Amino acid sequence: MYVKHERHPELPPPPSELGALGWLRHNLFSSWGNALLTVASVALLCWTIPPVLRWAVLDATWLGDTRDACLDSAGACWVFIKVRLGMLAYGFYPQAERWRIDLFFLLLVAGGGPLVLGSLLPRRGPARTLATRGLAAAGAGLALVLHGLLPGLLAAAYLGLPSLLARLRAPAAPGAAAKLGLALLAGVAVHALAPQGVALAAGWTALTLTALVLLVPRADEQGWRLALLLTALPALGAVLFLGDGTWLPEVETDRWGGMFLSLVIALVGIATSLPVGILLALGRRSSLPVIRTLSICYIELIRGVPLISVLFMASVMLPLTLPDGMHVDKLLRALVGVSLFYAAYMAEVVRGGLQGIGRGQYEAAQSLGLSYPKAMILVIMPQALRLVIPGITNTFLGLMKDTTLVAVINLMDLLGVIKSALADSQWLGFTKEAYLFAALAFWVLCFGLSRFALHLERRLRYEKH
Amino acid sequence: MPRTPSEDTPAISIRHLHKWYGAFHVLRDVNLTVARGEKVVVCGPSGSGKSTLIRCINRLEEHQKGTIVVDGIELTDNLKRIDRIRREVGMLFQDFNLFPHLTVLENCILAPVWVRRVPEKEAVQTAMHYLERVRIPDQADKYPGQLSGGQQQRVAIARCLCMNPRVMLFDEPTSALDPEMIKEVLDVMVDLAQTGMTMVCVTHEMGFARTVADRVVFMDGGEIIEENEPEAFFAAPQTARAREFLGQILSHGQQAAGA
Repeated sequence: MYVKHERHPELPPPPSELGALGWLRHNLFSSWGNALLTVASVALLCWTIPPVLRWAVLDATWLGDTRDACLDSAGACWVFIKVRLGMLAYGFYPQAERWRIDLFFLLLVAGGGPLVLGSLLPRRGPARTLATRGLAAAGAGLALVLHGLLPGLLAAAYLGLPSLLARLRAPAAPGAAAKLGLALLAGVAVHALAPQGVALAAGWTALTLTALVLLVPRADEQGWRLALLLTALPALGAVLFLGDGTWLPEVETDRWGGMFLSLVIALVGIATSLPVGILLALGRRSSLPVIRTLSICYIELIRGVPLISVLFMASVMLPLTLPDGMHVDKLLRALVGVSLFYAAYMAEVVRGGLQGIGRGQYEAAQSLGLSYPKAMILVIMPQALRLVIPGITNTFLGLMKDTTLVAVINLMDLLGVIKSALADSQWLGFTKEAYLFAALAFWVLCFGLSRFALHLERRLRYEKH
Repeated sequence: MPRTPSEDTPAISIRHLHKWYGAFHVLRDVNLTVARGEKVVVCGPSGSGKSTLIRCINRLEEHQKGTIVVDGIELTDNLKRIDRIRREVGMLFQDFNLFPHLTVLENCILAPVWVRRVPEKEAVQTAMHYLERVRIPDQADKYPGQLSGGQQQRVAIARCLCMNPRVMLFDEPTSALDPEMIKEVLDVMVDLAQTGMTMVCVTHEMGFARTVADRVVFMDGGEIIEENEPEAFFAAPQTARAREFLGQILSHGQQAAGA
């Protein structure tokens, strides 16, 4: 017989497991092969980094306004980027109207930033409120200082609305359908009264907001911020960018370009491909044969063709099928093309997530009386989407970079603008600088997105809180 | 004593129920009436159709022939009726099926807020009341993944009760639990039975059946082949198959059931 009466004392790990030395041993020199690789990698870095650094930073020309400044230097000529920065950022958007783009992105950052911040800071406590309110105040103040009184007021109204709406209690009248109908009617009335421009955006905002206020029984400040970001901000953006002809001069979309155009395509693509993709994924898993077949056909057809051909079709073929006199804007066609193309990819990513959710979750939701849409929105999708954040991020990154393909239908995105800037006879021969700049711009955007997605993934990991 | 169905409109009335999975005839002419406040335990060997039967009652499974009337509403393809019935019928699952992305409290208020449109404050109050009744109010802000199996199943019971159901269905609620957690769940179920809830319970916990059930229904091969008061059923099963089944589960389940 064996009986143990005392517990073995807890001992510290051996010294080789600890400290910097332990880390080095584990990660860099754990075996002969690994040690060799470490040495080789360090040597490679020592060999490649200095010349690049010398060209891009040490020998580079940063000052000056003309080509002559770069004549006697062996390094990069960043003067070229500096002189052409406006064009790279805004394309051929009129100089005097560029503040409209700035204002929109200011609102995007100040209005969307709190959502990012909110997920970085602890859920409760003053830090979060302070940071989000502070960002809103800073956004409004900046708009006031940079762009004047009216834009400042607009920014203040937009950025202050979430905290105002969060204080509103949703009226507890019966019949969600009736409320939605009412909201729709109100929206239609506004549209009928003022069919274009600022009024159109106001109408759209009023419509979506009324619907949200009436339909959503509870939403906090962050919820409203997200809702505004998805409803009011796009409308505002459309009016700001296009102009309405009375207060804001109209700017045709063929003057849009540069990073601005790339961002517009990427943002619209991201904002539409995810919801459409979700619907397609649900369609593909539907028990109704017609919906299922249509979804499968759509997804497989679109995934089977290259994006370039979709863009060509949208740009060249579509006008042929439209009746005479009917004109669909080229940018709009590209936007629709990119969105629908990526929706097909997104659908498969989302479907992967849906397959990771057990049948028990559906049954539990059903047995509690949740209808199909409610079960999907409240129970299934939050879990399924969290599961596939890496896949969604992947698709978004692909989309962001594929915006450069619109150059083939003569839209002046960042690469298109660079091409035309390089063709300027005064500034020949700065290809390296231009494309390095473009690569850097995309890298910053994509890296930021990927880091945020990674953070979101960790934040939403509910198994281990 | 079980109340006879004629006293009241029955909570559940199943008539000549048939169900097929493809060509496989899983439920064959099942008739069962459950009066209001009655507790029925359904038992039988695995594959006998007992789970399928109670899953038909809230339409997680579709039946092909016969009628099921729950709380005076007949189950048909009509989605509105299905929704109405599901609102009044709570169900407990073998593996709890709590929503892992929501806290315990959020799990409990989800359906009241979104289905019954109860104001959030009120829903929280109700939820806390039921969480106290299942003895875990202090876990309200945790996520299901942080709880033990027994605690999760008790949350699942509280989640059902928050919808204020007229009938509760239990689909082997203790089968996935470690032995030391079975008791805490059964205790809550016994409490619940004492409040007068109508309960239909698929379980192998014969101790529970003895203390709580008004009636035991024994199924085999998709049919109800014996129905009796628990004392009589356990003392003297009438059919050979019931005798064999009881002999098998009691021979080595005796200690657990008696504990």
